[in-house]
Amino acid sequence: MLELRDVCFQVNEDAKDKEILKNINLKLDDRFVAITGPNGGGKSTLARVIAGIVKPTSGKILLDGVDITDYSITERAKAGISFAFQQPVRFKGLTVKDLITLASGKDISVTEACAYLSEVGLCAKDYIDREVNASLSGGELKRIEIAMIIARGTKLSIFDEPEAGIDLWSFQNLIQVFENMHEKINGSILIISHQERILNIADRIVLIADGEVRKVGTREEVLPELLGTSQACSTLMDKIAK
Amino acid sequence: MDSIEKNLLAEIADIHEVPEGAYNIRSNGKLEGRNTTANIDIVTKEDKPGIDIIIKPGTVHESVHIPVVLSESGLKDMVYNDFYIGEGADVTIVAGCGIHNCGDQTSEHDGIHTFYIEKDAKVRYIEKHYGEGDGKGERILNPTTVVHIAEGGYMEMETVQIKGVSSTIRNTKADLKDGASLVIREKIMTHGTQTAETNFTVDLDGVDSSTNVVSRSVAKEQSKQVFNSHINGNNQCYGHTECDAIIMDEGKVEAVPSLSANNIDASLIHEAAIGKIAGDQLIKLMTLGLTEKEAEEQIVNGFLK
Repeated sequence: MLELRDVCFQVNEDAKDKEILKNINLKLDDRFVAITGPNGGGKSTLARVIAGIVKPTSGKILLDGVDITDYSITERAKAGISFAFQQPVRFKGLTVKDLITLASGKDISVTEACAYLSEVGLCAKDYIDREVNASLSGGELKRIEIAMIIARGTKLSIFDEPEAGIDLWSFQNLIQVFENMHEKINGSILIISHQERILNIADRIVLIADGEVRKVGTREEVLPELLGTSQACSTLMDKIAK
Repeated sequence: MDSIEKNLLAEIADIHEVPEGAYNIRSNGKLEGRNTTANIDIVTKEDKPGIDIIIKPGTVHESVHIPVVLSESGLKDMVYNDFYIGEGADVTIVAGCGIHNCGDQTSEHDGIHTFYIEKDAKVRYIEKHYGEGDGKGERILNPTTVVHIAEGGYMEMETVQIKGVSSTIRNTKADLKDGASLVIREKIMTHGTQTAETNFTVDLDGVDSSTNVVSRSVAKEQSKQVFNSHINGNNQCYGHTECDAIIMDEGKVEAVPSLSANNIDASLIHEAAIGKIAGDQLIKLMTLGLTEKEAEEQIVNGFLK
């Protein structure tokens, strides 16, 4: 279980302190949690705080009761947290096989690596030896990013807007990937998303706006209200249009 | 040959036992072993140190290994090797030099390799440079490669220097006739106080001649590198040169790609990018459980692979 206690994050902008996250308190032990809310509301920062990429100004983060607030990125990864970037990183020279092998933490066979690629709908033989460089499209990189998370198989997997930068056609396939993952994964998934279809498969939805938790509940509790507001609709439409 | 020399051979030419096909092994300035085949002859030069490698027209699927090893401290070795690649041949040539210097004097090997590639011949040329030994003596390698490619000929040159060479000046000059093509891939890593200078000049003289000169390098610690690459487009031709470098610690890299278009149908491109390892690359690998140092190693190894 992931627990956030009074997590705050401030930055100094134009000589003024700006609060990005304000006293976030959350206990997440569901299998599939979606965090949603307007752009600039603090969702990605929250994900980065959990993965250890940014340090909270104050507050505590606990994973299965262990205080991991002072853990480095590496220590958190080893403690069982995986993080899929919103914008996957490109590497000149490292291949898809290299990254999946590093993600799995052991020497794996080509067949095993290919199995992870197949799970995200990539034809493995076309990709396994390719460099993770600018020759891959945004959608392909996104899938490889997700395959790495599946290969890690940790108890908590965080996805930061997996739909961002993906065309609608690819998105249809991506939803299936998450639906499958929902069924199969042993640990829990925390996914930042604006997509109704992703929110629809979530066991719990957290609404974050202006750096605060506005609402937490089951999809039956949160979704009708969320989709009824013009703000949510316009956000969704914005995202789809991207 | 002792174990030091055998180790050098393994590093530079991937040779563990006697290589297959034609070979000429030079150790501490002397001939250590030679083998010729029906199609590939190797002849010692009479006017100066070095050998002529003569490959008959139409020779295919054969290879030549010509490694050089130096394990005596203070030895200065210089050779002139000429390669004559007959029309339509398709061969692999593996050269390279390994220096083991555990003394205080400078060990140096300067090789001047000249290639005469005849019509429609194809050559894959692999050159590895490596240095080791804990002596204070410098390990210097200054290779010069001159390439003449006739009509429709092709050469792919892979040049690698990953470890242990104190200083190097690498000069490569090429001229290409109609339809000839040259691909150069250079990989260099320097560390400590090493210096490396690379100079490429390619003359695209023939119609539809083309070249691609690509360098990837990593400069660590206080090492310094200079990359000069110049393509002359003298006809309807295509040329591309690219330098991609990672700097670490106090490493310095200077990249000077340049182009001269001397014909209206010359199409030439140069690119150069130098920078430290991107922060998000390190973070990504750390989220997979690697430490920062391990992440750095993976990125550098992949980059130079």
